[in-house]
Amino acid sequence: MIYELSEDVLNLKNVSKYFYVGLIKRSTIKAVDGVSLNVKKGEILGLLGESGSGKSTIAKLILKILKPTRGAIYYRERNIWEIDSKEYYTRVQGVFQDPYASFNPRRKVLDILIDVLLNYYPKIERSKAYEVINNVLEKVGISIKDVVNKYPHEFSGGQLQRISIARALLVKPEIIIADEPVSMVDASTRIDILNIFIELKKEGLTSVIIGHDLSLIHYVSDRVAVMYKGQIVEEGPADILLDPLHPYTKMLLESIPRIDKKWSTEPQYKILPLEIREKTYGCVFADRCPFKSKKCVKEEPPLIDLGKPRVKCWLYQEA
Amino acid sequence: MSILLNVENYKVYYRTLSGYIRAVDGVYLSVDKGKIIGVVGESGSGKSTLALSLVLPKPPMVIKGGRVIFDNSIDMLNLNTNERRKLLFTRISIIPQYSLDALPVIKKIRKLITDLARDKNIDVEELLNLFKERLKTVNLPDRVLDMYPIELSGGMRQRVVIAISTLLKPDLLIADEPTSALDVVTQRQVLELLTDLRDQGIIRSLIFITHDIAAVRQIADKIATMYAGKIVEIGDLESTITSPLHPYTSLLIKSVPSLEVSYRTKTLRGLGGIPPSLLNPPEGCRFHPRCPYVKPTCTREEPPLVKVGSSYVACWLYSKR
Repeated sequence: MIYELSEDVLNLKNVSKYFYVGLIKRSTIKAVDGVSLNVKKGEILGLLGESGSGKSTIAKLILKILKPTRGAIYYRERNIWEIDSKEYYTRVQGVFQDPYASFNPRRKVLDILIDVLLNYYPKIERSKAYEVINNVLEKVGISIKDVVNKYPHEFSGGQLQRISIARALLVKPEIIIADEPVSMVDASTRIDILNIFIELKKEGLTSVIIGHDLSLIHYVSDRVAVMYKGQIVEEGPADILLDPLHPYTKMLLESIPRIDKKWSTEPQYKILPLEIREKTYGCVFADRCPFKSKKCVKEEPPLIDLGKPRVKCWLYQEA
Repeated sequence: MSILLNVENYKVYYRTLSGYIRAVDGVYLSVDKGKIIGVVGESGSGKSTLALSLVLPKPPMVIKGGRVIFDNSIDMLNLNTNERRKLLFTRISIIPQYSLDALPVIKKIRKLITDLARDKNIDVEELLNLFKERLKTVNLPDRVLDMYPIELSGGMRQRVVIAISTLLKPDLLIADEPTSALDVVTQRQVLELLTDLRDQGIIRSLIFITHDIAAVRQIADKIATMYAGKIVEIGDLESTITSPLHPYTSLLIKSVPSLEVSYRTKTLRGLGGIPPSLLNPPEGCRFHPRCPYVKPTCTREEPPLVKVGSSYVACWLYSKR
């Protein structure tokens, strides 16, 4: 495959982000816990995980909204915190879950788009600005006529999400980080939004798409990483999702509602009730895992390299 | 088969400055005893309005007509608010949308139950014991009683809401997007829980409202497709999924990606277009601007709901003009 030859544009090296909560009894939440991940030029990387898995924190870390507690993130071998923010944001842009929350509701959409352009290119002429805006809107399947004189609330969620992708494209970024871009869009139009990223890939755009829907992430991605409790538990080509190795990914696969068949009456991977533990040793998934052994609760498994996929589970120790 | 709820030509509008929003506009729906019916549609199709108005209509909602008969005897539209409140929890109950935020954050769960007992004139201890029993059914520990809603995770909170709404064994439970804010693993647990409640006889029938047709496919016996304030197709689950009649149902089913598909092998297309404004819905069939099979009649006249096989469908492809 082509992407094996291409270079890394983003590199996360052993990145952790801890949050400290509580005033009297301080406790630490490890939102991201020792994640190493690379993003190759021109690929679509899918980051799959449930809420609370730390996938949105990863997006915020890459977008310099949060600073890592440990480790560092590199854009083309430069630590992103050593790059001027304005310069960095012309290379890396974000698209977020709730399009209504990402636009100022009191301003017309077109004015917002013009402001973004003026912010990055202060000397741009009005006619040139309209040309650029028209161009990016076309890429997301919206005509500038439909945008003129309209406020954000006048658009449907799907349309406004398209416009927020267009806004990210204004500065001609190399990479887009999309955090749950379709979770608030109607099920029937999700595919159309994802197709935009696939079209943009053909023009050389690199995307990181974060989501919790296994079939949608499988559809749109070249490569995937599965997160659980702040760690990457499985990583490899997108097809690993169809026949996963890690018990957690297997559980995800078993839980998605499919249109072509009903859930089997007895889940093969019995979902164990989640218990809140004070302190965790060993594997992060051990308390829900049907295959756990003594070793799993004592010792944390490494990310075991099985050639293509990498999996963080003691079951694959010998391989 | 006996019918628990029968809805005929039901209309619920919202009064606004620019006119009536016709959110539910001539709905026909029947819910069989002991069955789960899935109502599926895009956002803005009126499905939440349908749910809320059946439980407890509130302004600016206005019921504009139709008949709603519950359990063959109760004419719901002739009841006043107090009489409707009496039915709440005991005969009809709801899991509201955004129910994760439905629980007041500063009240312990125990307080909610004692409030409910007072409201319904039931002995507090008796209801608390019943609630503990119900907590077991939804797989939660007793100590939840003395916790505040903010201490619970999304899945746990949803199960508390389910435990409360099914506490008094309602005949009909209406679940409005009960899983839209939950993870897939928790979603499966919650949907299977709803089926269990029906199987154990804690609830009799369930109306499951969602935009996710794949979720309906997992638990429903019947499926009703709602579009722009109308039910456009009702049928048995299997036959509707395998051979849908209405073009909209068919497109909804096609918009769900099957697991094996990747963009590298096949490009999928979504539904395309947007749902119409309910303030000023299109003439004729409301789906005609997005329909691939549109013909002149569709733009002028509204199709009636007619019987085709064991299903009902409102589409000119199946009716003669």
